[in-house]
Amino acid sequence: MLNTFPAIIIVVPLLAALLIAGISFIDRRACFPIGVAALLISFAGAVAMLVNVVSTGVAMEYRFGGWAGPMGIVYVIDHLSALVLVVITGIALVNLVSSRQTIIDELKEKDGAFVALYLLFTAGLVGMTATGDAFNLYVLLEITSLSGYALIGLGSERAPLASLKYLFLGTIGATFYLVGVGYLYIATGSLNMVDLATIIPGLMDSGVILFAFIFCMTGLFVKMAMFPVHGWLPGAYSEASSPAAGLIAPLTTKVMIYILIRICLSVFSVEYVFANLDVGQIMVWLAIATIVFGSVSALAQTNYRRMLTYIIIAEVGYMVGGFFLGNKMGMSGAMLHIVNDAVMTLCLFMVAGIVVNRMKTDDRDGFKGLFRSMPFTMAGFVLAALSIIGVPPTCGFFSKWYLILGGVAAGNYWFVAALIFSSLVNAVLFFRLFEIAYFEPFGDDHHGESPGAGAVGIKEAPMIMLLPFLAVSFLLIVLGVYSGRIVTNIIYFAIPGGII
Amino acid sequence: MRGYNMDLLNLIAAKANYWTYIILMMVGFYALIAKNNLVKKIVGMTIFQTAVLLFYVSMSTKKGGTIPILHHGETTSLDPGHVSALVNVADYVNPLPHVLMLTAIVVGVATLGVALSLAIKVYKTYGTLEEDEINLQLRNG
Repeated sequence: MLNTFPAIIIVVPLLAALLIAGISFIDRRACFPIGVAALLISFAGAVAMLVNVVSTGVAMEYRFGGWAGPMGIVYVIDHLSALVLVVITGIALVNLVSSRQTIIDELKEKDGAFVALYLLFTAGLVGMTATGDAFNLYVLLEITSLSGYALIGLGSERAPLASLKYLFLGTIGATFYLVGVGYLYIATGSLNMVDLATIIPGLMDSGVILFAFIFCMTGLFVKMAMFPVHGWLPGAYSEASSPAAGLIAPLTTKVMIYILIRICLSVFSVEYVFANLDVGQIMVWLAIATIVFGSVSALAQTNYRRMLTYIIIAEVGYMVGGFFLGNKMGMSGAMLHIVNDAVMTLCLFMVAGIVVNRMKTDDRDGFKGLFRSMPFTMAGFVLAALSIIGVPPTCGFFSKWYLILGGVAAGNYWFVAALIFSSLVNAVLFFRLFEIAYFEPFGDDHHGESPGAGAVGIKEAPMIMLLPFLAVSFLLIVLGVYSGRIVTNIIYFAIPGGII
Repeated sequence: MRGYNMDLLNLIAAKANYWTYIILMMVGFYALIAKNNLVKKIVGMTIFQTAVLLFYVSMSTKKGGTIPILHHGETTSLDPGHVSALVNVADYVNPLPHVLMLTAIVVGVATLGVALSLAIKVYKTYGTLEEDEINLQLRNG
């Protein structure tokens, strides 16, 4: 039973999406429970596989149709992919459960279509993480992207335009990746990642492999919104409806970074990327530019969700830079930050969902007086903000600590400086929000309004939104406390032996 | 003699399929980046994707190769009539890139569909498909 789980976790949401698309014409109320059930099965499967991989120490493999690699398509679950799978399915599940009210409020009669797309998107991400085939990865990347465009297009009035711009850039990115895979196939005659990894060391000096690497990296950079090609992200994520943003914003960029790590470590190999090409230094500089750009742009925003989107861009720089430092600490930090940043971003976007639901605005001023009217939501918000700033014992501190240690070990102090700069900017950004939410009616407002006037009649969020949100914000501390165990039991196994 | 007089003409002639795909891809890329009309951008995007199909299919061809379908008695096997025996790979074009591109065509069609439906929604909101006019409307609130 356990050895079919790699297939089950993707097939269940995929089939459920088709089922929901049909059922939404008959009874729309049935869509939501089916979606939750499908994601629950996926999540349970992912957790079971993580437990199995960690306890046995052996990667799981599923062969579609019984065809072994390199001929057939194989799904491989190793330490890192099992961890990322748990994150993907867990976040998708929690976000769907907590968005029940916002789906009804913001999407009205389109809720059936929304849940179907939501599951398709999750299935695509899960498949991308699990697959061991370079072309299969492209197909799943496009499944994810296409359902992502549609999910974003269901948002505000400006959303279709933002989504279309995302579609243009996203298609360029995916097509570049496809060209890269084509070059790999020309040079090696294989698409299986394990097989590629055995052939490429013999072709280290080949120009075709070099261009395959360049095309794959460029495509992935577009998809993960690295600095020069980030333009699509702020518009697309801030115009999306809040349940869609809560799914797409935490997961897309993080899974892309996972793919980047997978392609570099499992396909091109450490020797090729770090010794033969020696691109580490250039990539870290690109990451530094991304961090600085994202942080500075975030300072200029007055809209809460738009500010978050620029923070996401800065966080992409953290992970890419940490990975390309090329030492054990930096890579561990990058991999740990995939988990932590996904949970933190989810938390912050859940706050956005609650505030939009209650205050009908996502502008910064919508936070006025919220500490008084929504104490529990704001308590969770403070935790999430502290985590993204990097205050112990929240999880954001620990991954940032690993990244800084990696930067010091690599002697790249500019990267360390960029990380600290970004943390300080995050502190400014979030303490400004705390100030607005806590003091604003007393301080800047001299129009004789009573304390908390900005939020008169605003009550705490409904339980179905609040409980998952509080659970996730509590998880930030749990992840922080157990981050040492995550690193030693899971992440160290994902780092190849040559890295110190 | 090959390799000694590889002047530009030879370089183009020898790799004509790759040049065609690169030129097509760049035509699409130009339209995607530089055109003002959203539908023209979508057309450019389709050309951009189709160029890659050409690239994959052209790399699978072989000189004198035929379609990879085995007929009884047409194999170079030691035991004619039984296709399970030896097959001369050089006689057949590689079918795998074709199969991959079948999937990529489906992806391309789906992308086109999503792009056009988004363009319709944009048109309904702004009453135009010209990007500069939309930006003007956005700036004026």
